[in-house]
Amino acid sequence: MAATVSYDDVEVGTELPAQAFPVERVNLVMYAGASGDFNPIHWNERFAKSVDLPDVIAHGMFTMAEAGRVVTDWVGDPAAVVEYGVRFTRPVVVPDVGGATLEVSGVVSEKLDDRRVTVDLTARSGDDKVLGRAKAVVQLT
Amino acid sequence: MSTPDVVGRTYPKTPVYEVGREKIREFATAIGDTNPAYHDVEAARKLGHRDLVAPPTFAIIVTVPASVTAALDPDVNLDYSRVVHGDQRFEYRRPIYAGDRLVCQATIDSLRERAGSVFVSTRTDIFTEDGEQVGSAYATIVSRAPQKES
Repeated sequence: MAATVSYDDVEVGTELPAQAFPVERVNLVMYAGASGDFNPIHWNERFAKSVDLPDVIAHGMFTMAEAGRVVTDWVGDPAAVVEYGVRFTRPVVVPDVGGATLEVSGVVSEKLDDRRVTVDLTARSGDDKVLGRAKAVVQLT
Repeated sequence: MSTPDVVGRTYPKTPVYEVGREKIREFATAIGDTNPAYHDVEAARKLGHRDLVAPPTFAIIVTVPASVTAALDPDVNLDYSRVVHGDQRFEYRRPIYAGDRLVCQATIDSLRERAGSVFVSTRTDIFTEDGEQVGSAYATIVSRAPQKES
């Protein structure tokens, strides 16, 4: 494993480069195929509304995966992510026209033993905070 | 509500899932990630890995069949049509690689009801076919209370 970030070069409060990810219906189709989750709330507007959702929503796991890119892009070697967890607080609503934008930022929140750090992520879509308690534990070099 | 002794129940191991290079590439593409460790075997090996590395959430492909088996246990009595994902966490002892042959086994950690919504939490342990534990996934799914008439 070969993280490009050294434990000695970060401190609590070090910010990761933030990213904004466009999310369109086609992304949810691709993710459904890749993950095997064909729940129609992620591609069928009529069905989503019939179960009281405002529109098609992104898979929570899609949002989690995209948000995780802020961490893996920062550390370089994705195997350095030894733990990753999120709460799904609000859905990412993906209208047919215009899609959504997932905005993610991250900050080192704790330096642990064994040259590991905790990164706290913040993820929003519009005014909604879509992930809560989003944390990764990263093995640095 | 369902019988309390479903908490702690462990379910049968899933069939072997063979982690493929093309599936890793497809998954990475679906999440828009061009990281060479997911796509280029030589790049992964230069980082010290035996083959392509799976992204940190890739394991969901193998853990969901195990955890859904638990959630669909009739004793859990879940209305699956109203289910959304509540939370998810992965812990890894080592990365998942292309070529791994994985099996999973789920256990129900807790079952709760709050304001008409039902929360099912599971732990799914991920092993190689040979019994090496690769990691664990912790998930909560929520069957949402019906909307009140207004």
